[in-house]
Amino acid sequence: MGENHIISVKDLTKKFGSFTAVDKISFNVLPGEIFGFLGANGAGKTTAMRMLCGLSIPTSGKATVAGFDVYRQTESIKKNIGYMSQKFSLYEDLTVKENIEFYGGVYGLSRERRKEKTEFLIDLLKIEEARNKLIKSLPLGWKQKLAFSIAIIHEPKIVFLDEPTGGVDPITRRQFWDMIYEAADRNVTVFVTTHYMDEAEYCSKVSMMVDGRIAALDKPEKLKEQFGVGTMHEVFVKLARPAA
Amino acid sequence: MDYAVTVNNISKSFDKTKAVESVSFNVEKGELFGFIGPDGAGKTTLFRMLTTLLLPDGGEAFVDGFDIVKDFKKIRGSVGYMPGRFSLYQDLSVEENLKFFARVFGTTIEANYELIKDIYVFLEPFRKRRAGKLSGGMKQKLALCCALIHKPGVLFLDEPTTGVDPVSRNEFWEMLGKLKEGGITILVSTPYMDEASKCDRIALMQKGKILDIGFLNDIISKYEKPVYALRSGDMHKLILDLRAAENTDSVYSFGDYLHYTDRRGKAVEEDIKKILISKGHTDLVFKQINPGIEDCFMSLMNK
Repeated sequence: MGENHIISVKDLTKKFGSFTAVDKISFNVLPGEIFGFLGANGAGKTTAMRMLCGLSIPTSGKATVAGFDVYRQTESIKKNIGYMSQKFSLYEDLTVKENIEFYGGVYGLSRERRKEKTEFLIDLLKIEEARNKLIKSLPLGWKQKLAFSIAIIHEPKIVFLDEPTGGVDPITRRQFWDMIYEAADRNVTVFVTTHYMDEAEYCSKVSMMVDGRIAALDKPEKLKEQFGVGTMHEVFVKLARPAA
Repeated sequence: MDYAVTVNNISKSFDKTKAVESVSFNVEKGELFGFIGPDGAGKTTLFRMLTTLLLPDGGEAFVDGFDIVKDFKKIRGSVGYMPGRFSLYQDLSVEENLKFFARVFGTTIEANYELIKDIYVFLEPFRKRRAGKLSGGMKQKLALCCALIHKPGVLFLDEPTTGVDPVSRNEFWEMLGKLKEGGITILVSTPYMDEASKCDRIALMQKGKILDIGFLNDIISKYEKPVYALRSGDMHKLILDLRAAENTDSVYSFGDYLHYTDRRGKAVEEDIKKILISKGHTDLVFKQINPGIEDCFMSLMNK
């Protein structure tokens, strides 16, 4: 496994009884890459992602995330990654400030560091007026951006984003990708799933899962070349329904 | 005109939040009508009012000729509703769920089998499986069958394709196309802009209001500014440089291109190219394109 890979996966497999959800997948991710993890519903993306986040022990194969082993060092993995999904994000009945402080505490930031971070994020996101407002009173777009900022509050080397832009309006969706780019520019590795194929084009590399396996993995422009098509949508269609 | 759904100035608030604000529209019989907008646009609240699950604060609406307040019992018998959240009985089998819904509406699977046949063939191999154990796509198909089993005149589908991959979404729309051919009126909501082209007419919704309503082509033709698609060797820098440019009206990423509009309206190509080359951009591609529904939606959001 290469020393400079932030995520390194070799023949990773997960079986549930006789069903193989993830079937010997292998790939590497470099620091600062935006790694798009795509596939049809039921292809095994969530199962694979849970193993990489230290939430599920693989059946076989090898993987390290931020240098930690997915079998033996799951607690270290959890401390060193960020995670955000559409479903799991912020506490609706806490204020903006309380959410930032709560998550800062969960990730073990000192009191001073939490204060600093609170001011920094409120300033960065330009949400001074919302500082003491309950999360549930905020527009969805603000919530998503705050959730992302909080997911990387402990400055992890990797952040996992599980369909972060589902149901978001088209302008906010693009602003969200601006934030992803900014994080990648600071050398944060972004591991992201999405059902928006235009977003697949924004990734440095894209993997396509089909029936538990990685059916294709490359830069978007290379994948389009390989399949002789003009868009990632067409790549997806060709891979997800090869018979059609 | 004989409408399947008529809505006049309907409104609904929750505390201070205006979920639906003076919304009006008509849906013709046999039409496939799409409500397109993000979370919080009011799509679910609107559907819940039209299916008599919520009372409006103001306005009036008729579904299949019945008043949604006075004739709520008749509407409940005559419409089909597929909520956004999976709400079948997880512990009943595929077949048991379907039988249950048929019996509640006083009919049988056999009586309306023609209507669901094309969808049910996918489920047949799993008919003894518990609904909770089905894959996402299969749950969706079962929910659609259950919403159809009493042969409704009007079908309401609340975000049936949310969180569904692009290929399965396409398959779902093909099923809707077939149902439409059978003459059923369908109202469907979705956050995916690209699904607009699958509908006869659409309403673009945002924050409880309809931004625009009509045929897709008519909505697009109202977009008067020329739209340019650009790309260069460094897309992120391209966005930043264009945002900083003096006459920029809008810059948005669209997959491997970005879409640009200029305040000056026309003949800007040479000027913009010059600016970008001076900023060090290489492999520039610059072309005028027809706007799409997402360009329109973002432009309407900013108005």
